Amino acid sequence: MRNTQRSQKIAFFFLFLATLLIVVPVGLIVVIIIQKGVPAINWQFLSDIPRQGMRAGGIFPAIIGTFYLVLGAIVFALPIGLLAAIYLSEYAKDSLLNRIIKLAIVNLSGVPSVVYGLFGLALFVVFLKFGASILSGSLTLGIMILPIIITTSREALESVPQSFREVSLSLGASKWQTIRHIVLPNAVPGILTGTILGLGRAAGETAPILFTVAAFYLPRLPKSIFDQAMALPYHLYVISTQVPNVDEKVRYGTALVLLSLVLFMNLVAIIIRYNFRKKKKW
Amino acid sequence: MRKIKEFFVEKLILICGLASIFFVVLIFLFLAREGLAVFKSVSPFNFIFGRNWYPISEPPQLGILPLILGSLLVTVGAAVISIPIGIACAVYISEVAPFKIKEILKAGIELLAAIPSVVLGFIGMVTLVPWVKSIFHLPTGLTALSGSIMLAFMAMPTIVSIAEDALYSVPKTYKEGAFALGATHWQTIWRVLLPAASSGIVAAVMLGIGRVIGETMAVMMITGNAAVIPQSILVPVRTLTATIAAEMGEAVVGSEHYFALFAIGIVLFIISFVINVTADLFLHKRHN
Repeated sequence: MRNTQRSQKIAFFFLFLATLLIVVPVGLIVVIIIQKGVPAINWQFLSDIPRQGMRAGGIFPAIIGTFYLVLGAIVFALPIGLLAAIYLSEYAKDSLLNRIIKLAIVNLSGVPSVVYGLFGLALFVVFLKFGASILSGSLTLGIMILPIIITTSREALESVPQSFREVSLSLGASKWQTIRHIVLPNAVPGILTGTILGLGRAAGETAPILFTVAAFYLPRLPKSIFDQAMALPYHLYVISTQVPNVDEKVRYGTALVLLSLVLFMNLVAIIIRYNFRKKKKW
Repeated sequence: MRKIKEFFVEKLILICGLASIFFVVLIFLFLAREGLAVFKSVSPFNFIFGRNWYPISEPPQLGILPLILGSLLVTVGAAVISIPIGIACAVYISEVAPFKIKEILKAGIELLAAIPSVVLGFIGMVTLVPWVKSIFHLPTGLTALSGSIMLAFMAMPTIVSIAEDALYSVPKTYKEGAFALGATHWQTIWRVLLPAASSGIVAAVMLGIGRVIGETMAVMMITGNAAVIPQSILVPVRTLTATIAAEMGEAVVGSEHYFALFAIGIVLFIISFVINVTADLFLHKRHN
């Protein structure tokens, strides 16, 4: 008996150790970036264009570029993703087609990000002749985050109790009226969570925008959706590998801005989800 | 009037429902459209098993074996690190950790999943790479090992969260039954819960590995990018993904090099397709 108790203690200790091995480095990464990045952050860094071959000045065009890209991606992906989720949760029957759609979603979420970049290059940049532009980049990122939005929205829609729908239908509402006025409003927090997670993913990805939009150095703001743009993740890649002798402060500062942006969005999503679960009446 | 409107709305919903199938097919078609052209100049066998990747020499030598081995080496390294740690962490979170700590740990794992790969690559460059260099007394710390360690971190959130789900969905009666027979908590975990959750855990591992093979930026930044067949884990390697990302910018649209990079894209697409379909089968097995 004592032996089994001891082996349990040893086993649990190793489980705990494994957990620490994951959590401690994550904490360290965040702390290092904050500690070394904060001194670089000031108003000029956030609002100025890069100067002296990106060794000084700010990162404003990259912030704006990322903003446009993320906005474009969500404008494209949210309507399609939401309607697809409605189809899967409200209309689809348990058929072969349904099964294939789910498999396609699983596959879309598994396609390597650089393959999305290739696809965007072949379809949007070369075939449709959009060139390397915000439009091409946004569409590529939009397709990439589609599975995230579909999956989370579908979960949100499916978590609305069946009885809500039955009551609405029994009062004479049509199927679409029921979805529009009963199911959707109750699923909004979940859909919002998915959308924000998608935004965060789109903001942080580099590989899909490498060949579809990203400009190495572009010290002005994009004027239309057919312009190239700088983007934060690509800018971080460039100044940490392609440009020699960049002040470490600038690199950490850029990493901090990108990380804060992405983590902030994730935090918002987590908070929305948490509050929603607490308030949920069913 | 209302009927007509609803008719169109429902058709629109159906079209969007089919959108994901449409995009998967579209991705494959466009990769194939650009990539298959490479086989005019090099046979599929020589493309996959060719030992030399010199895309801009004259004539270009387009063998991706060094790149495949580079990807494989980094992936195996990452799997060896991330599978045991990831599963152990999943067990800790789902079975051992007190409720409050559980929530914090889950948030921490989500945090790790959210960190952009370029940020992890950057951190790897400034911390991990110098460590590897000085510990092993190497001329450069940009090695397959550094890549494996960094990638292990990117695979862990996937492994932990899916494995944790699998453990959580084991019926409570299994556990109660084992306790009633006098098993300790650890015996229950080891002999009952883990075997019962095994197909979900296998899926978790596969999806984690899928994430590793497809990862691009961090790998490109810290593995050193030498397109030669690796002799050990302490030398620079170049992966399939990094090759595309690093070289597409210079490849001329319509050149053999350009086609070859798309053909690598096809290889990656097929690998991820196989992994995801198989993992999905394992996940469904659990539900039946």
